[in-house]
Amino acid sequence: MAEMKKAEGVVDWLDQRLGIKKLTKVLMTEYWIPKNINFLWAMGVILLTLFTALVVSGIFLLMYYKPDAKLAYDSVNFTIMQEVAFGWLWRHIHATAASMIFVIIYIHMFVAIYYGSYKRGREMIWISGMLLFVIFSAEAFSGYMLPWGQMSYWAASVITGLFGKIPVIGPDLLMWIRGNYVVADATLTRFFMLHVFLLPVVIIMIIGMHFYSLRIPHVNNQEGEVLDFEAEEKKYKEGNKKESKVIPFWPVFLSKDIFVVCAFMVFFFYLVCYHYEFAMDPINFERANSLKTPTHIYPEWYFLWSYEVLRGFFFNGNLGLVVFGIAQIIFFLLPFLDNSPVVKPAHQRKAFQVWFWLLVVDMVVLTIYGKLPPVGNNKYVGLVASLIFLALFFIILPLISRAEKKGA
Amino acid sequence: MKELKILVILIIVIGALYYGVEPYAHSIMEPKTAPADFAFKDLKPIDLSKGVASKGKDLVAQNCVACHSIESQKIPAPMDHASAGASFGVVPPDLSHIASVINPQFLAHFIKDPTKAAKLTHKYKDDHPYPMPAFAQFSDQDLADIVAYLTSIAPKKLTDQQVFQQACERCHDIKYDKLYAVTDHKDLHRYLGSNAPDLSMMIRSLGREKLEVFINDPQKLLHGTAMPRVGLTKQAQEQVINYLEQTGDSKRHQRHGLGIQIMLFFAVMTLLAYLWKQKVWREVH
Repeated sequence: MAEMKKAEGVVDWLDQRLGIKKLTKVLMTEYWIPKNINFLWAMGVILLTLFTALVVSGIFLLMYYKPDAKLAYDSVNFTIMQEVAFGWLWRHIHATAASMIFVIIYIHMFVAIYYGSYKRGREMIWISGMLLFVIFSAEAFSGYMLPWGQMSYWAASVITGLFGKIPVIGPDLLMWIRGNYVVADATLTRFFMLHVFLLPVVIIMIIGMHFYSLRIPHVNNQEGEVLDFEAEEKKYKEGNKKESKVIPFWPVFLSKDIFVVCAFMVFFFYLVCYHYEFAMDPINFERANSLKTPTHIYPEWYFLWSYEVLRGFFFNGNLGLVVFGIAQIIFFLLPFLDNSPVVKPAHQRKAFQVWFWLLVVDMVVLTIYGKLPPVGNNKYVGLVASLIFLALFFIILPLISRAEKKGA
Repeated sequence: MKELKILVILIIVIGALYYGVEPYAHSIMEPKTAPADFAFKDLKPIDLSKGVASKGKDLVAQNCVACHSIESQKIPAPMDHASAGASFGVVPPDLSHIASVINPQFLAHFIKDPTKAAKLTHKYKDDHPYPMPAFAQFSDQDLADIVAYLTSIAPKKLTDQQVFQQACERCHDIKYDKLYAVTDHKDLHRYLGSNAPDLSMMIRSLGREKLEVFINDPQKLLHGTAMPRVGLTKQAQEQVINYLEQTGDSKRHQRHGLGIQIMLFFAVMTLLAYLWKQKVWREVH
């Protein structure tokens, strides 16, 4: 056992037992971030803030929510929204944060794409991030079912139905997922378990992995410059703070993040209290009714682009399903499809820049047409946008990458 | 400057996304409807200016009270609710407050031809008649007299809940206010061909603006529905919607008051965080 001295205070007492001074250095004051960054680098901390808001508000909701097809709707809309003091606030925070977290995830993702932060040593950061995206999607989907409103029910019915179309195992898989022939009480209770236990635990684990994956390749910077972190750290510690190209996580990096988070919170609470309909679809305030199909069934906005890829191949449902499957995993492959060694922001890679903005526009188009009813020309817009989406990843990106490799 | 440029690009992309998915998509999915018409312009105006209440009282006594009660005038219902529901499909309304909530023109037309005024001709035909017969034999003067009488006994002011009870409660529940339909659900289902929904959360699922159009003329938004056009005046409809809001969105005022306070709190925090950030970054820039 290590020798214990008489402690000089609480901090010293803890330090002797837990090594908190060392820990603070490793995690905070001597964890180095490039200085050459902009506010887009604050998205990670905003995500962490929103995730915390989801966990905290979720705990309060969990105290009153009843995972039972007969009780769920009233426990949410009456008990939580009207009887419990500030229950409405927790629910509005929970619903709005769930939707906003996807806005920020997409920004975070596209920032990484723009600055090439997924390659040359940073592949695991990207892959763990994409894993988070997928698990968050499952978390959002399972959570959306819990209020047991019309759209909870019918979106669950349509999306779980997709699994039934998988060849050979489909029908059995579908029943295993639903726990019944149709979406019913058994489906609700198992998605409740996923939403409040299994998926959050997995998310927290992957967040840990995502943070850890940053330690060795380090955070990227605005120019994709390769930094000698040890030399820069030395400069900083010697007092040449202005010349050093790095800053410590605490307090320098976080001081900016805290500012961005506070500004974001003003907007966030505007949405929570005054403009929540995008996150809390009015149709879902109608009680789930298995006998009454709503005129329009659509998933939440963050799933619309992949939903449109599914619907885009309107002439052949199976083909749509295959492409839908590809769309789910395609972003994982990004570091391998774009394997040129150039790590630079898109505006310094001309062809890539065009590719980037085409992808953004294409995904916006897919998202919007994913919500519009698939009638008339909408179907063809969906088809063309889906084909462009595939071409961007499987043809154009590898070509750009190859050209860059030759040029380099 | 550069960061501002990035912010502008972010706002443009997310703004386009939001516009496409919310206002634009919903405008396509829900076709535009004409605004609520509280003058009921489709009904040919009947001259109600010379109605005589005393004559109307006799007409009501001879023609209406066989089915309707007028409790304020001590005229009881001829049947209890259960038997009335079983025989008519829906309990006939008490007439004490009817003229406080219903537009007089509409009321006159309704007496003359209920299915037409209620816009339910697609639903109730000879083989499945509407429970209230058309009083086509009444002259315009008779109608004016009846309306004058019903207006003379109607209170000037009703509470929001009283308006709701007069206008909606014969078919609809508000479970969250422990208010239940007067008519038995089974009778109603037989009569309407479907269930009349519980209205507890209607204020959140339809929202004020859609309710405004829907209650005034249900066929506009839900073509073919068994819900009648009730003929509420603008004020009575406003009161119905207020009541739905009090019961379904009871924390609205708290939400509106608290929202601005939280935003102010974070605005102050933003300022403080900015000053601190400037101080910290001055050392490294």
